[in-house]
Amino acid sequence: MSVPRYWREERPRYRLIGEECAKCGAKHFPKTPVCGCGGAEFKPYKLPETGKVLSWTVVRNAPLGYERFTPYIVALIELEDGTRLLSQVVDVEPDAVKAGMRVEYTFRKVTEDGQAGLLQYGYKFRPVVD
Amino acid sequence: MRKVAVAGIGFTKVGEPWERNVKELFAEAASAAMKDAAHTEVEQLYVANMMGAHLQGQISMGALMAEAIGRPGLPAVRIEAGQASGGVAFHEGVKAVASGLNDWVLVGGVEKMSDLLPEAVTTALAGAEEQEYTAYTGVTKTGLSAILHRLYSHEYGATPEEIGWFAARGHDNAVGVAHAQFPFKLSIERVMASPMEADPIRMMECAAVADGAAAVLLGPADKVANGIEVAASAVATDHLSLAARKNPLTLEAVRKAGAKAYEVAKVKPKDIDVLEVTDDTTIDGVLSLEDLGFAEKGRGAKLVAQGHTARTGEIPTNNFGGLKARGNPVGATGLYQIAETVIQLRGKAGANQVPDARIGMAQSMAGVGSTCSVAILRRV
Repeated sequence: MSVPRYWREERPRYRLIGEECAKCGAKHFPKTPVCGCGGAEFKPYKLPETGKVLSWTVVRNAPLGYERFTPYIVALIELEDGTRLLSQVVDVEPDAVKAGMRVEYTFRKVTEDGQAGLLQYGYKFRPVVD
Repeated sequence: MRKVAVAGIGFTKVGEPWERNVKELFAEAASAAMKDAAHTEVEQLYVANMMGAHLQGQISMGALMAEAIGRPGLPAVRIEAGQASGGVAFHEGVKAVASGLNDWVLVGGVEKMSDLLPEAVTTALAGAEEQEYTAYTGVTKTGLSAILHRLYSHEYGATPEEIGWFAARGHDNAVGVAHAQFPFKLSIERVMASPMEADPIRMMECAAVADGAAAVLLGPADKVANGIEVAASAVATDHLSLAARKNPLTLEAVRKAGAKAYEVAKVKPKDIDVLEVTDDTTIDGVLSLEDLGFAEKGRGAKLVAQGHTARTGEIPTNNFGGLKARGNPVGATGLYQIAETVIQLRGKAGANQVPDARIGMAQSMAGVGSTCSVAILRRV
């Protein structure tokens, strides 16, 4: 991954910043140049950091750069405000994940470009411990 | 718009022919299509290919393949629409002939996946997904299907075995098929005993790495004797990410492309005699059946498990094995589906023939439904 390509996604990936359409109020994560309503003006929107698991998988045969993390969980998550995203779910065994399980944002290393390359970080989610 | 006919079809055996390159595979299919049509004049070439840029480092596939078939100088372009590249290229070819711009258009698809190791192929396949927020999570194409699989079971009470039947049914139809990658039976017990690929999807529910090429020669219906008419061809897209879709269990691109094709061809699902759908994984096939109108939402898996999509059932589906058993050389797959539909409509499918097949449908889909093409062909 090139440094500029990584750098320009830092805000959404580090801090869950999306955008809200100034015209219709639709929330976008990640941001989009043009909203479905035709609006093209947006303001930054901070996503909530908690939500629930709607569905998930356990990846056992990974793409390049993710091999050493297998098996890992990737879930479709619905945040408190209804926005959805895909994320790894960590700090839990695959067998313990349940539909509706409450999860929260955590900042983690995602992958790395070899021994001397870029270390790539971003959000993952973990179970909320009450 | 003029009526368009399929004048000829050709394809290679799907497999892992390590000694052959993309040009050789493509040329074999293209030559076979021209020979089948007994027509060698071509005005435009469309090349369907998804991953050549990743797997062989090759772009400019249009010019390369024009040269490979001995026609350097021919107008030619590569069409890429993820795993739906073949179906979308067919659609573009139909438009070129229907509009009157071209008389004879060759549409060929090729993919050579066996050149790289599995994790590199997995990465290339995930190239059809949005990169920064979907692929970045480490999810694979199969993983996304698995998220739908679990949601489907949860929502509609389908069992993993009912969904797994899609793979077993495909293999039943591939027995003895000369061009199939896996021309043998696969029992539901073996499907369900295979290791997890991306839970809850098992390895034997997934199409494998495959090489292959398929081609069709299109021409104006009034100039093609004994051709099969293109009654409709439609393409639709959807949000790439499952997270952006209101109801992930409805594949909107499939629904839209299907509805448009039915409207243009003036037919309904019950009129379709033979069907080819995209079963890159079992759940992809189940959802496709539903969103094309062959099963009520939530009933598709049960329909498959009960045998309704078998060759002898009411909805003969994936009659040469589908993606799982005939094989899925992705960029070429949509064109294998068209070619197989033509074979059925010509009544030349031998042991695989669905009696008196007159109308056939082929559905090609990228990822978990980001692009979908639907073609309806008719024997006239």
